[in-house]
Amino acid sequence: MIPAAFDYVRAGSIAEAVELLAEHGDEAKLIAGGHSLLPMMKLRLAFPSVLIDVGRVAEASYIRVEDEIVAIGALTRHAVVAASPELAANAPLLARAAGLVGDPQVRNRGTIGGSLAHADPAADLPAAVLASDAVLVAAGPAGRREIPAGEFFTGYYETALSPQEVLLEVRVPMTGPSGWHYEKFTRRANDWAIVAVAVVAGRVALANMGSTPLRATAVEAALRGGADVAEAARAAAEGTEPIGDLNADPEFRRHLARVLTRRSLQAAAG
Amino acid sequence: MQVEMTVNGRHRSDDVEPRMLLAHYLRDVCGLKATNIGCDTTSCGACTVHLDGESVKSCTVLAVQCEGNAVRTLEGLAEGDELHPVQAAFRREHALQCGFCTPGMVMAVAALLERNRQPSEEEIRQGLEGNICRCTGYHNIIRATQAAAEASA
Repeated sequence: MIPAAFDYVRAGSIAEAVELLAEHGDEAKLIAGGHSLLPMMKLRLAFPSVLIDVGRVAEASYIRVEDEIVAIGALTRHAVVAASPELAANAPLLARAAGLVGDPQVRNRGTIGGSLAHADPAADLPAAVLASDAVLVAAGPAGRREIPAGEFFTGYYETALSPQEVLLEVRVPMTGPSGWHYEKFTRRANDWAIVAVAVVAGRVALANMGSTPLRATAVEAALRGGADVAEAARAAAEGTEPIGDLNADPEFRRHLARVLTRRSLQAAAG
Repeated sequence: MQVEMTVNGRHRSDDVEPRMLLAHYLRDVCGLKATNIGCDTTSCGACTVHLDGESVKSCTVLAVQCEGNAVRTLEGLAEGDELHPVQAAFRREHALQCGFCTPGMVMAVAALLERNRQPSEEEIRQGLEGNICRCTGYHNIIRATQAAAEASA
């Protein structure tokens, strides 16, 4: 499969990428690792007329420990996030979720910013940043702005980013090394989650239970109200609208959400 | 557009369409046909090559993204007539039947062993998640990987 023809430009910096986006508008797409975009372009589900390659912008590939926050540059590859000692010590849910994206080859190319901006509700990192209550930093013509993870995902493959903005950084609150879990249900080793559950610091997020990753607010409320884990987990499918596909019908997905939430809460409780 | 890279140690400069995938570049421009295109959807791993020493699926990389990089294919693995330890182990342990997945599988194993010289069986299975074989049932591939690790120890 061969993508539709496009013009290709390399951005040397984030500032240059913002300028190029402003110049080319809606017709342009950013590419970093390309592991979300290129498959869609090969299927001609996406056909940007300009590709702006930010894959070599080294300034946006980093993991830095700040006060109460671990800051991850948007162009940090999954393999680096998965192996990061800073994340293992301070925000291990992110590292674990990154380590379950695709397979080793995919993790060598794909970036955290690319996965979040692509906003596939079945993907691992959107659910992980949502459970982590992370803040996403975007750069655009008007400067930088911060977007809470809870407001970032707006629909299937849709985010709060404007067409002229570049995702710059993911700011993950430190949670310490325990009290978290990520449970992913797949049929094949390197697949997307049929359903996945991310738990950290009493927050619960679900992947592939609707058009965006979702907070299981009913479960969180039940836990705050003193419910035990098994009882709270029974509320995991409340407010969700899972799709039916070849892997699972909506009722099976709701069942998975409840079971995986119970397992995740038990594991997080140690 | 013009793209420059090193392929199996040899510098190249070629005029390619931006949409040309690395897999097609290697096969059709460089004439290196070991790299197979299987699923063409980033799943099967038959097109695995090394990009600056890391395993990647060349069906999901644009040639123009490799500007200035070093690419290694299966053809660049052996030293002259001497097989790479992973190739030798695949032959010795009969880690292939039809052979279609083998170039990608060997490249994935070589990259795995460069990062982890003595992987456990579990680490081998996890490390080869991105490569599908429809013939062998994987057992001999695991055995060959262990044999290659021992041979290089």
